[in-house]
Amino acid sequence: MNNIHAFQRKLLMERSVPGRIGSILPDLDVPKQNLPRPELLRDNLDFPELSEPEIVRYFTNLSRLNFSIDTNFYPLGSCTMKYNPKINDEIAFSPGYAGLHPNQPIDEVQGALTILYRLQGYLREITGMSGVSLAPLAGAQGELAGVLMMRRYLMDNGQEQRLKMLIPDSAHGTNPASAKMAGFNVVSVPTDDSGNTNLEALRAEATNDLAGIMITLPSTLGLFDKNIVEICNIIHQAGGLVYADGANMNALLGQVKIGDLGFDVMHLNLHKTFSTPHGGGGPGAGPVAVKSILEPYLPAPIIGLNQEPNEKHYYLESPNKSIGKLAAFHGNFGVLVRAYVYIRSLGDYGLKQISENAVLNANYIKEKLKGYYNLPFDRNCMHEVVFSATKHKDKGVNGLSISKRLLDYGFHAPTMYFPLTVDEALLIEPTETESKETLDLFIETMKSIDQEAQSQPDLVHDAPHNTPIRRLDEAKAAREPDLRWSRPEEP
Amino acid sequence: MPVPDTSFFQSHYIPNTPSQQQEMLDAIGVNSIDDLFSDIPAKHRHPTLDIPHPMSEIDLKFQLMALGLKNSNLEQNACFLGAGAYNHFSPSIVKPILTRGEFLTSYTPYQAEASQGTLQVAYEFQSLISNLMDMDVANDGMYDGATSFAEAALMACRVTKRDEIYVLDTINPVYREVIETYALPQKLKIYTLPAKNPILPATAACLLVQYPNFHGNIEDLALYKRQTEDAGALLVVSADPIAMGMLKPPGEFGADIVTGEGQGLGVPISYGGPYVGLFCTRKKFVRQMPGRIVGRTNDSEGKTGYVLTLQTREQHIRRERATSNICTSQALLALAATITMAAVGKTGFRQLSELNYHKAHYAASLIEKLPGFSLPLEGEFFNEFVVKCPTNPSTINKRLLANEIIGGLDISSSMPDCMLIAVTEMNTEPQITALVTTLAEFGS
Amino acid sequence: MNPSDRRYSKDHEWAQIVGEEVIIGITNFAQEQLGDIVYVDLPEVGSNLDQSSKLGEIESVKAVSDIFSPIGGAVIEVNQAVLDSPELVNQDPSGSGWLVKLAPSDASSDFSSLLTSDEYDELIENEAH
Ligand SMILES: Cc1ncc(COP(=O)(O)O)c(C=O)c1O
Repeated sequence: MNNIHAFQRKLLMERSVPGRIGSILPDLDVPKQNLPRPELLRDNLDFPELSEPEIVRYFTNLSRLNFSIDTNFYPLGSCTMKYNPKINDEIAFSPGYAGLHPNQPIDEVQGALTILYRLQGYLREITGMSGVSLAPLAGAQGELAGVLMMRRYLMDNGQEQRLKMLIPDSAHGTNPASAKMAGFNVVSVPTDDSGNTNLEALRAEATNDLAGIMITLPSTLGLFDKNIVEICNIIHQAGGLVYADGANMNALLGQVKIGDLGFDVMHLNLHKTFSTPHGGGGPGAGPVAVKSILEPYLPAPIIGLNQEPNEKHYYLESPNKSIGKLAAFHGNFGVLVRAYVYIRSLGDYGLKQISENAVLNANYIKEKLKGYYNLPFDRNCMHEVVFSATKHKDKGVNGLSISKRLLDYGFHAPTMYFPLTVDEALLIEPTETESKETLDLFIETMKSIDQEAQSQPDLVHDAPHNTPIRRLDEAKAAREPDLRWSRPEEP
Repeated sequence: MPVPDTSFFQSHYIPNTPSQQQEMLDAIGVNSIDDLFSDIPAKHRHPTLDIPHPMSEIDLKFQLMALGLKNSNLEQNACFLGAGAYNHFSPSIVKPILTRGEFLTSYTPYQAEASQGTLQVAYEFQSLISNLMDMDVANDGMYDGATSFAEAALMACRVTKRDEIYVLDTINPVYREVIETYALPQKLKIYTLPAKNPILPATAACLLVQYPNFHGNIEDLALYKRQTEDAGALLVVSADPIAMGMLKPPGEFGADIVTGEGQGLGVPISYGGPYVGLFCTRKKFVRQMPGRIVGRTNDSEGKTGYVLTLQTREQHIRRERATSNICTSQALLALAATITMAAVGKTGFRQLSELNYHKAHYAASLIEKLPGFSLPLEGEFFNEFVVKCPTNPSTINKRLLANEIIGGLDISSSMPDCMLIAVTEMNTEPQITALVTTLAEFGS
Repeated sequence: MNPSDRRYSKDHEWAQIVGEEVIIGITNFAQEQLGDIVYVDLPEVGSNLDQSSKLGEIESVKAVSDIFSPIGGAVIEVNQAVLDSPELVNQDPSGSGWLVKLAPSDASSDFSSLLTSDEYDELIENEAH
């Protein structure tokens, strides 16, 4: 028997054959110049030698080893794996946008700036904030920008002693990591039994070294904190500022404006809520939105507009107390264009339908599965629902095995072991772009896995069985890191 | 424009029809979707939403393509602009592979068995980037070249347990600003040193060097390596990957951390992003490295496979003690770079690099001879150089644009009347001649 | 059953007096909780540790835990075998998987605050439920 799979997975350097080329470059059409001193030149570059057809087939076959939104239901909680519209890519890749140099004078790129200016405006409107910067390159960088603004604002108001940042124990890891990078000390606040922030614990921390709080809304438990307005009040009364991690904004589009609830600053994940493709781990975009007190601190650039008598003129500016530049240029422009196209294509009515259907789909799954899996918070969920896969632990079946078993059935796994506060967490986020038929099949599949866990626990425990590869030895990977191809030693 | 009837609007991205929605509500046992939102304070529900109405695909495309035409793009104009982003060759195979849904629409590969494609690409990327820079290991990419450089400075402080970052005065000034954004809030100190004769104190955590530097010149890495070694500091180099086709890589000089902007490796120039930051280091520092890392291992049946590894460095595990807050990075662009490196290949990469070199040097030699123009900086350069002009560069750039040429970056605020010109393999001899001819109009 | 020839901390470290030195490691219970140990970070020889101060870190694939020093003293040796093969801690936590040897600063007083093996057995009995 041949081993086509092993052949398909041979690395570029293992396929390399001296003499093959993958692209023909132009001949030099100007006179040859003197090369630099020889000691500045490199002798050898270990790069592959392959022809174009082999390269295309190699990467195409690799792609087929992936689950993706285009091929599978992908209910990965906290990640909003919704359908990524193709028109967004088409426009972002067109030469009028993909062919612009970031250092071109602004007169030459007015079309691009028009889009960015309008996008700033739409995001202001959606969040109910008064200023937006599109500069952050992902959610975590948006968080960093947000907490840096808080820090600078407090310092400018003579409050540099305020270094305590409260972060709920269910928060995403980027929250504490970003707060730390901005120079804050992180203090964790517990969640109460119904999934809301523990108000008593919060009040106890509302001291005069309090800088603020970072709250994910809806929370990573998929819940809308019922006391949210009060939380904002408690923090404000104690002299702190309130940050919203808006990664879960898919639940709230058009339903409520984060700014109206009392938040001072937030970020959005365009690669979640606004449908830009996640690309196997990026690119993203994490715009920050702020109330007017923080506007002077926004990261550069901001897109401004001069209304000249018969012409509009857009320009780039740096707010007067800006926290500075977050990256070399103006944000992940290609991602921003996609989000703009998405918002225009859905419009006001469409945006509201997103959140309605995202929340409806999640509650449907919750209702249908709650007799089968432990539901730690039995109340209306938002766009995602968390279960606790503890039921069959005695048989060796846990959240991990159930996740892996789902892969056998052609569904991507939910987010597992996050939030950290739920034992054996399985966080399921269906998104609005899934049909009832898909949800029903998923629900049936989850029920049969529950059945399997009782009758054939080993089948679930040892999953996956049908994927290109079985469960991988992660301990080995970490103990003896093999992080790159190396040329085998010559004997 | 006619106003659409909202009661019948259904987005084409949402499959469930009103009657299916009703079925689902019945199953849940609530009357309306609104009931599901009851945890939101009533006072703040249903805000006005001042966003334009939905648009059809035809209208949207028409409008956006028209708006795109308002921009002067690099397909219609010759481009001599660089300073951190360059008009380089992107093989035709890049886009079709990039836009395959299996790559484009997958998440970060936390479920290894469902993400072997993405993971193997990351391992390829790490392998080729470490070969290119001649370093032990690379990660799967950072946000961009500037943030990579900044994160490298933070990492050097962790490794050396020192807090002084030294930066040459020849690095890209915007990169310098990004380093400040990242480092100052953590109470780290940043000092500037002259590239000519830097004296590095024994308290330094690192020296940051750009190679070639902001002005295109090839810095003397051997000298900086000696100085960092004497000071017990790390040598951190931000290197242009395209230049590495011909220049001796930083690893050969003993650099400790090497970063770079990966855009030149076939990534669309796209008005500044998305790009991909390169990040390499030595094996002994790998646990202090930020970003995702993919490792090779095997499955329960002994088959080779790939997984995210050394994850305890990252925010989802170590939280506030993580090496960085980075989570989503720029994997898709790392894929673009990997495809490009594979397609250009071993011999092609040298050739590509030399095309840049010869064309830039040819252009420089012609410009230098023009009356009123000069090359104010000495020293070897790669594909970018500073030109002193007889008048202010923005005036010259306007004339150039009228001739369908995008001129160099106006750097007159730091060097009076100077422009930074980049020439790449994409510039043909006629384009160079046209540039020189237009410039000649200004020589008096 | 944990060996009775040593004392235990509530954080699941053990300390054993051997002549002038004290050997320190983590307990079998701790090792089981952590799962596959992939990396151990230990202090440099010569560093001084207070009782209950951070001694190092121990990593499994998806978790990091601090190790605290059950007694105060100066580090006189670190277990190179564990640094090279962290799985030793899984395989033999009370023996060859030891972590460091200390020259204790005040062994008798530090030891009096630690648990006996019986007390520790009881502690983990309760934690497991
Ligand atoms: C709740 C939450 N906050 C923040 C982030 C960080 O966003 P990013 O990955 O874009 O940096 C994520 C996603 O990963 C998230 O789910």
